[in-house]
Amino acid sequence: MTAPAPAASLPRTDPAQSPLAIRGLTVSYGQQPVVFSVDMTVQDGAMTAIIGPNGAGKSTLLKAALNIVKPLAGRVSVYGRPLAEQAHRIAYVPQRASVDWDFPTEALDVVLMGLYRDLGLLRRVRAHHIKHAKDCLARVGMEDFADRQIGQLSGGQQQRVFLARALAQKADLYLLDEPFAGVDAATERAIIDVLKSLKDEGKTVVAVHHDLSTVRAYFDTVFLINRRKMGEGPIATAFTPETVQATYGGRLADGQITQLTQDA
Amino acid sequence: MGAEFVILSLAPLLIGTFAAVACALPGNFLLLRRQSLIGDAISHVVLPGIVVAFLVTGHSTTWPMMLGAAGAALVSVVLIETIRRLGRVDAGAAMGVIFTSMFAAGVLLLEQSDTSSVHLDVEHALYGNLESLIWLEASGWGSLLDPVALRALPPELTRMALTLLVVSLFTWGFWRPLKLATFDEGFARTLGIPVQLISLGLVVTAAIAAVAAFDAVGSIIVIAMFICPPATARMMTNRLAAQIWWSVAFAVLSAVLGYVLAGYGPLWFGGSNAVSAAGMIATVSGLMLAVVAAIGPHRTA
Repeated sequence: MTAPAPAASLPRTDPAQSPLAIRGLTVSYGQQPVVFSVDMTVQDGAMTAIIGPNGAGKSTLLKAALNIVKPLAGRVSVYGRPLAEQAHRIAYVPQRASVDWDFPTEALDVVLMGLYRDLGLLRRVRAHHIKHAKDCLARVGMEDFADRQIGQLSGGQQQRVFLARALAQKADLYLLDEPFAGVDAATERAIIDVLKSLKDEGKTVVAVHHDLSTVRAYFDTVFLINRRKMGEGPIATAFTPETVQATYGGRLADGQITQLTQDA
Repeated sequence: MGAEFVILSLAPLLIGTFAAVACALPGNFLLLRRQSLIGDAISHVVLPGIVVAFLVTGHSTTWPMMLGAAGAALVSVVLIETIRRLGRVDAGAAMGVIFTSMFAAGVLLLEQSDTSSVHLDVEHALYGNLESLIWLEASGWGSLLDPVALRALPPELTRMALTLLVVSLFTWGFWRPLKLATFDEGFARTLGIPVQLISLGLVVTAAIAAVAAFDAVGSIIVIAMFICPPATARMMTNRLAAQIWWSVAFAVLSAVLGYVLAGYGPLWFGGSNAVSAAGMIATVSGLMLAVVAAIGPHRTA
């Protein structure tokens, strides 16, 4: 076990109460560790970007935290309790490319999937369930597409349907895997507006993020990862040319980094 | 449609229909999970189980053979899952390896043991014996109310009806988790749905349907019904529930039309012999798939 890269000191949320506190999380596919001994403490009520190069284990970190992928080692607590007790407070938005959009179902039906915990195996879908699902679609600007087969939607529209499904879960912690990947500008705007409104309601948002140029505008805190944790904290102190360069292993040009991480 | 129909055709028609629907129901989910060939695999891997059951009991009675087949299917499922997870091998490759090995083992067993005296042979395994499942005690439609005659119904009919009931209950009762885990496995896990258990349940259900149908109607129908009605239905609609109903309709239509065509079709064209019902049912389902693939409303994937 090595010590994590020095993170800038910051007023941390008490790990015992953090929406998501991860300790010593290690995941491997076959022999190769993909995520190695990662600690993470998500700030309550903040928007956190998980950034790092391709193959750095960003998605795997989220999946392992949710027990979608079985970690080799590590502890995860959600609002100070074991994941299993608090899973209902989490809404997860997988990568859009992870599902088959030819699946025979409609946008509204996908959003209703977010109500599974209420509906269980056999309870009937009632008018108030439908209304709730439609409200969630409206919140992402997709109310006119409720009856559309999901394969007929654009990539951005599909991503918004996924976000609406997460909203339907009425969670406190939202974990999103690359919500802006391959979406149009209008969708990116719509999604960030919804995420910011969630933050205004006191919810916590964590998103795997690719676009370094928007980190500053969209997020409050960053978590840098390249298999190991490379930094964590508020944008001002943790998202610096040095930490980003270290995370990307020197693969970005210096000028590029400075430009991305400094205020415009 | 009188006494002759009841005696000769009623039981095979019902058995064929029940078998077709029982295979088509789980086939819908296997299709959407891109695991359609699992039906094909199951109908091959059960062979050594059936042979072993015969060697142990010395008879070709129903239940031991069913159990042996189910055991072989379960062993294969476990082996496939093990190879897939431990070796991190593609599911298709894992299935391919197991289903050929099991079938080969079955053929060797069959060859080395003296099972040739009973109707356990490759032909029976392929075509089943649908036409021979006649209701000799019946004397007409009234026999449906006659307890004595009813007791003499082919046992395959009761078994297939029960199988269909089990498969239908599974599909209905676990509808939501089945759909969720099929569409978005990761998300389903975060909802606390036991995704692996659901997958296993689906495969076990498919195996039950395949084994029950296999004995009565042979593997040709099993393989065709797992794939053709669901694939045809998928091109008729963009809603899962509607797809299921379409697949049931196509399965029933294939079974009835196929049986009738096999029995009477050759006569209409001046032939003298009936053709294999199993072969005709599978052919009809394939033709339906071809027609819908050409003109179905939702065929562009």
